[in-house]
Amino acid sequence: MSVQKLPIAKAINESLRKALETDPKVLIMGEDVGKLGGVFRVTDGLQKDFGEGRVIDTPLAESGIVGTAIGLALRGYRPVVEIQFDGFVFPAYDQIVTQLAKMHARALGKIKMPVVIRIPYGGGIGAVEHHSESPEALFAHVAGLKVVSPSTASDAYWMMQQAIQSDDPVIFFEPKRRYWDKGEVNTEAIPGPLHRARVAREGTDLTLAAYGPMVKVCLEAATAAEEEGRSLEVLDLRSMSPIDFDTLQTSVEKTRRLVVVHEAPVFYGSGAEIAARITERCFYHLEAPVLRVGGYHAPYPPARLEDDYLPGLDRVLDAVDRSLAY
Amino acid sequence: MTVESTAARKPRRTSGTKRASAKKAPQPKSSEPPLVQLLTPEGERVEHPDYAVDLTPEELRGLYRDMVLTRRFDAEATALQRQGELGLWASLLGQEAAQIGSGRALRDDDYVFPTYREHGVAWCRGVDPTNLLGMFRGVNHGGWDPSTNNFHLYTIVIGSQTLHATGYAMGVAKDGADSAVIAYFGDGASSQGDVAESFTFSAVYNAPVVFFCQNNQWAISEPTEKQTRVPLYQRAQGYGFPGVRVDGNDVLACLAVTRSALERARRGEGPTLVEAFTYRMGAHTTSDDPTKYRADEETESWQAKDPILRLRRYLERQGLADDAFFVALEEESETLGKRVREVVRAMPQPDSLAIFDHVYADGHALVDEERAQFTAYQASFEDADAADGSEGNGSEGGN
Repeated sequence: MSVQKLPIAKAINESLRKALETDPKVLIMGEDVGKLGGVFRVTDGLQKDFGEGRVIDTPLAESGIVGTAIGLALRGYRPVVEIQFDGFVFPAYDQIVTQLAKMHARALGKIKMPVVIRIPYGGGIGAVEHHSESPEALFAHVAGLKVVSPSTASDAYWMMQQAIQSDDPVIFFEPKRRYWDKGEVNTEAIPGPLHRARVAREGTDLTLAAYGPMVKVCLEAATAAEEEGRSLEVLDLRSMSPIDFDTLQTSVEKTRRLVVVHEAPVFYGSGAEIAARITERCFYHLEAPVLRVGGYHAPYPPARLEDDYLPGLDRVLDAVDRSLAY
Repeated sequence: MTVESTAARKPRRTSGTKRASAKKAPQPKSSEPPLVQLLTPEGERVEHPDYAVDLTPEELRGLYRDMVLTRRFDAEATALQRQGELGLWASLLGQEAAQIGSGRALRDDDYVFPTYREHGVAWCRGVDPTNLLGMFRGVNHGGWDPSTNNFHLYTIVIGSQTLHATGYAMGVAKDGADSAVIAYFGDGASSQGDVAESFTFSAVYNAPVVFFCQNNQWAISEPTEKQTRVPLYQRAQGYGFPGVRVDGNDVLACLAVTRSALERARRGEGPTLVEAFTYRMGAHTTSDDPTKYRADEETESWQAKDPILRLRRYLERQGLADDAFFVALEEESETLGKRVREVVRAMPQPDSLAIFDHVYADGHALVDEERAQFTAYQASFEDADAADGSEGNGSEGGN
């Protein structure tokens, strides 16, 4: 295959398959990743083809999954572990933050931690509690971790390849409500760097910056705004640690306005970091304060209320109006 | 002046080369299960139906030497902390037999996951003891290359390393190697979820790992009774692998039991939990004060079981070591202490820019940016000094 139209979940599956084929040290680990193929079927068929030694069903113990992955990495393996849902990562948070993130520095660079932690994240699928959260800021805040989130099938395929090849631990947030969105994947094209932002749509009046599940909402907002005669640029950040501020700066210097959109609560969220840094970099270019659209300072609500909680087209356009009113 | 003065203030803590009063060694409470023992506190060899060792006189003297030098190193580090040269020290005093016995059971290709107290095991692995002091001096967080001696970095968060050991052992098994892995932890760590999870994973995957719990009776101020209602070695049964309790102050028994567990792992028979029943004679670290939480009588009762003293009694009684050996070892101890003192005091202040080194293997834009900012900030002082010889101008730089 070279060019194919695939849903994001299948693109990740193909990417994992390629990694397993290419490097015998790559392992897939997690709860239900084997026979079932994961609750979202992202690892479907991999155990059948690569065996239980490469695609490992684990006990239901998240700290154990990450902790043993660290040990396997020390032995020279490259584990790709799945945390079944965003809200289930916290039992493993200690291992990720106190061990995985710091091991390379602790050893003064003598050892590497090529571990990828896959986390299906975000809301919009009508799930129960702990199945819809966006904890990316909690990981991006930790030095030693890299944090990324694809928004397209092509990025899902290629960013997974790059994450597995990285010698640093990568937290790979998969936008679960986009798993079934299809996109073109060229498995032979040479991808850009893992942490480079992408201009998803060009515009001149205002920049919308987003990542993962919110990129699609922002693109829809830009289409809607176009009908009102407004030209919005949409930036897909792709990486939350590091953030490609250079690409963002270039965009904001052009449009002079920025709205950051994410599902996670606004308070202490990645939007706050982006607003602060872009204000520093673009102070004399900005025509309006950087605005943020995101979740509220409340636990992720029951499914019947998630449409109120999640940023939708109207909230994004409302922020665009407020910015342009300055 | 260092160790002597420490010893003078706390005479109970260093008595390895002196004969203690010949009290009868206290036995475990009647409810306590029996220990595997090959050398009694009085220094008499006893046999055990399941565990045997047959060591040459040279090997026996070697174990004695290991314990004496380890204790001397530990005493020096404690003294250095008291003198302000180290920020903290976690003493192994009293646990020499557990560490040397288990450490000498290892093969070169075995891999060790320590806590922060395994100075004796590090010694057995050939790690220069001064390497252990960097983190306590505050110049790094470990710093040695674990693969040089197959001795992983010290882990401070309690119990985390048992999972790393399990994962590493899973990798050993995948590689088809016959190495084994040993994870050290304490009685306090047995309460941690990570230790329970490592038992589950190692059992499920039949990982070649030995869990070596040094039950030193105290987790800072909390006694073992606050961690468990059953003897710790019995925990293994619930996970489906064997557990054994060994006299942790008996270096021969620790050697025999650990060797047996390692061999079992090598044969592909999976994990073993070894509970070394021992006693931490000093503080948990130099930051706590054991007189606030435990009775002198308890500590004194364990003094009679001193691991070094009992092997010395055996060596002397059997005529396996002469005065010249003990005198030479004493001199070697002093040389070691002096070297440790000198190396610690000479440890260079790390370069300020080391803050930004090794955060990532593949680099990170933000780290690069902040390194550049910090470099410029530091340079601003040098420029100011060069310009007028005055002090820095108090710039608020940085970012």
